Amino acid sequence: MTRVRSNRNDPDLARRKFLFVGAAASGALLVGWRVGRAQASALPYLGARFDAQPLGAFIRIEKNGDVIIGARGCEIGQGVKTSLPMLIAEELDVDWSHVRVEQLPYGYVDTDQGPSNKYGSQGAGGSDNIPSAWKDLRQAGATARWLLLVAASAQWNIPAGQLHTEAGNVIAPDGSRLSYGALVATAAALDPPKEPVALKKPEDFKIVGKPTRTVDAREIVTGQATFGIDAYFADALFAVIARCPYLDGSIDKLDDADARKVPGVKDVIRLAGPKPEEAFDGVLANGVVVLATSTWAALKGRESLKIEWKPGPWANESSVTLAARAAELLKSDDAGVGVRGDGDLPKARKQAKKTVAARYTMPFLAHATMEPPNALISVEKDKVVLIASLQSPSGASQIINRITGVARDKIEIRLVRAGGGFGRRLKNDFVAEAATIGKAAGKPVKLIWAREDDIQHDFYRPFGVHDMLATLDRKNEITGWSQRCAATPRNYRDAGMKDEPIWTGCLVPDDFPANLIANLQKSFYTVDSGMPRGWWRGPVHTFGAFAVESFIDEIAHEIKQDPLALRLKLLGEARELPYKDYGGPVFDTGRMAGVLKAAAFKIGWEHRREGDRGLGIAGHFTFGGYAAHAFEVSAIDGNVVIHRAVCAIDVGRVVNPLGVEAQAMGATIDGISTALNLAVTLKDGKVQQSNFSDYPLLHMGRAPIEVEVVIMPSDKEPSGAGEMGIPSAAPALTNAVFAATAYRIRELPIGDQLRRIL
Amino acid sequence: MQDVPARAAKPTAKPIAPVSADKSLPLRINGKAYFFDGDGDIPLLWYLRDVLRLTGTKFGCGIGVCGACTVLIDGKGQRACLTPAKAAANRDVTTIEGLAGAELHPLQQAWIEEDVAQCGYCQAGQIMAAADLLKRNPNPNDDDIGKISNLCRCGTYPRIRRAIKRAAEIARANAKK
Repeated sequence: MTRVRSNRNDPDLARRKFLFVGAAASGALLVGWRVGRAQASALPYLGARFDAQPLGAFIRIEKNGDVIIGARGCEIGQGVKTSLPMLIAEELDVDWSHVRVEQLPYGYVDTDQGPSNKYGSQGAGGSDNIPSAWKDLRQAGATARWLLLVAASAQWNIPAGQLHTEAGNVIAPDGSRLSYGALVATAAALDPPKEPVALKKPEDFKIVGKPTRTVDAREIVTGQATFGIDAYFADALFAVIARCPYLDGSIDKLDDADARKVPGVKDVIRLAGPKPEEAFDGVLANGVVVLATSTWAALKGRESLKIEWKPGPWANESSVTLAARAAELLKSDDAGVGVRGDGDLPKARKQAKKTVAARYTMPFLAHATMEPPNALISVEKDKVVLIASLQSPSGASQIINRITGVARDKIEIRLVRAGGGFGRRLKNDFVAEAATIGKAAGKPVKLIWAREDDIQHDFYRPFGVHDMLATLDRKNEITGWSQRCAATPRNYRDAGMKDEPIWTGCLVPDDFPANLIANLQKSFYTVDSGMPRGWWRGPVHTFGAFAVESFIDEIAHEIKQDPLALRLKLLGEARELPYKDYGGPVFDTGRMAGVLKAAAFKIGWEHRREGDRGLGIAGHFTFGGYAAHAFEVSAIDGNVVIHRAVCAIDVGRVVNPLGVEAQAMGATIDGISTALNLAVTLKDGKVQQSNFSDYPLLHMGRAPIEVEVVIMPSDKEPSGAGEMGIPSAAPALTNAVFAATAYRIRELPIGDQLRRIL
Repeated sequence: MQDVPARAAKPTAKPIAPVSADKSLPLRINGKAYFFDGDGDIPLLWYLRDVLRLTGTKFGCGIGVCGACTVLIDGKGQRACLTPAKAAANRDVTTIEGLAGAELHPLQQAWIEEDVAQCGYCQAGQIMAAADLLKRNPNPNDDDIGKISNLCRCGTYPRIRRAIKRAAEIARANAKK
């Protein structure tokens, strides 16, 4: 997610893939990939990325003309079950309304070159699904179309070059037609093309770029869609776990006599978490498992457990002590760990006419996916079946292999819709729990997490404090910039990050305003903490953008410049700056300025608001996409009221405008919800929150009635769209609050800060 | 070719044969009669899900806050996670699976047309809460709609609003037919 090699612009990727063609028993045409060599992944936590595979099939065309397209990604609400098949259907040239989309399972295969995946990249993280699929999945569709053209050419004895396709038919120069269904028998016997076939020109797109509804919409609104939690095995036992509430704590005394008396309870077993020095790549915490014949019996059994917990090494940790430690570190003369150092900041400070400084504080955040973690597993001696809502099926497969000893090609993972992801399911601790319990119980197990389990046992977005400083010369030009971040590092007990610097996941060296200010420093200070940490939605970017985009606003007010104008001045003329971090390889100042101007135009930035209303703006570059927010707010009696919310987003070429709008709208509301009310706090080595009562997601009545989304037209390579719309939402909101109230929010969440002040 | 796009796993629905027994709890769910002879304190949510395998009603918080488990009991929106099964005895329970008649309910139709769902997990509860609202108020304004307290983590609220208004229009148009 941060300093990892990006292969987004690897032109060889598609060429290394070779498609296979085959026939199903029904005579249907199947098109998929042959195996290739594994390559390093841009996103290590998603597991290795693999080249083309031997058995997978993305496309199936029946003799009756039915077109079935396999959806390979983990659908977590980001829309990939719709958008990825759209890419295939586009190149195949079929009528979208006649396409049936079916979810593919996890495609692990053993090859003579090692572990591989017949479907390519299946995880969900870093908004990477569309960029990956743009490179490889279109070729699958184009190849199937090529085969059908060649088949028609043979049948009519007309050169393929004189034929064209339209909506599932091959059309001859004289207008005669052959449906794809009539050609499948011939096409299935053909050899696949030796070279990648030409892809469509964008001006010929009929599906890509058209608003397309979620393929599962009907199943969702009728209650028929299957999420992980909706899967059952007839003979499974239901499991819930009482996990130790203390960070790295343990079980001191356990009395399970009453629990065992609860009707339906079958067994109570202990579950071992990692030792305090061990990585979090299995079970998350020490706990006690209750196995029962129903969820209800298991929950009741858990209530009847008598457990005395032993606090671990973090028993004195609290949010207050963490904040004090951060302040202490930032006050010290210690230079911290250098993250970036351009020019000569000390000299800039000496020569400065003015300096501006501010400190911003970010809380721990939980993921709170609406569908809590859960897993259904059957562990047998030489076979495992897992059904679960996942973001990293490869990680789940590896964990199951490690725990059960069952070979990875004997581990079947069925992918289902996930009730939200937001990075929570990049961790497979719940899979590790289910596999461990399933192995011990000797029966299939359905593991359920209650909401309290979820809020109290998460991999939290880090807590941290950013000390910002800017130097200005006598013309009010920004000559120097310093960002000193003291945080609980994201890089903590994570085996996948052991080669990463400590600040990975908290700071991004190339983020704005890098390369735009001559003397610029970023440094990092470690605040020790026992909180498990993980990725979140746009994690490092939500963490940093609030500080940077608030501070720009503060500087603008300090030097009496328009906050938008100052941003545009800093960005300067449109050009590409190097961006080595994930989301690069370039940061386009013109595209950043473009979304800022679009958001400003939409909200009517130039019209000064009267009375108690104020406007705020912010923008950020996230994983290859650009977004800016503009809000109009008032704060009556200390309650923030959002009168208008605008999000302008540039994700390159848009695959599904309806999906991009949904993601921008949802991310904006997610950002507002988080900025207004959400924080996880610690006391005595325990998380203090437990459910939506004290981790209060925004409800409809407090959300803006509309989010006005502006999608920038673009012919650039597409980025994803799931995470771009969140990082700038919080600073745009608090910048607007400042414009409305003259009160500067420097600590999130906003909570009751305004009610206390105003 | 063994490996073709597979169907998503469906829960194996276990139809529960209505068996009348003196001690068993009589329930009417989506117009069908059931007799439950288990612990009547079981929250309706878990009875619907684990026993009847009506999994459209979702578990979200267990404390009646998020609304993912909203069902209609005698036409009124209720949190199934806080309703003991015995409290629903002899009353009409409607879940998302029973909302549609021969055709989709106007809310379901509108939800599809407005492409409301992102992850989709909370949407059954949202639709049931909206059904409760439209029953009481066939022409709700933004303030009325804003009183629905169901949570959506994906932030689909603006489209939920549009869909409720559209459903109200569809219902009015249907009434004129």
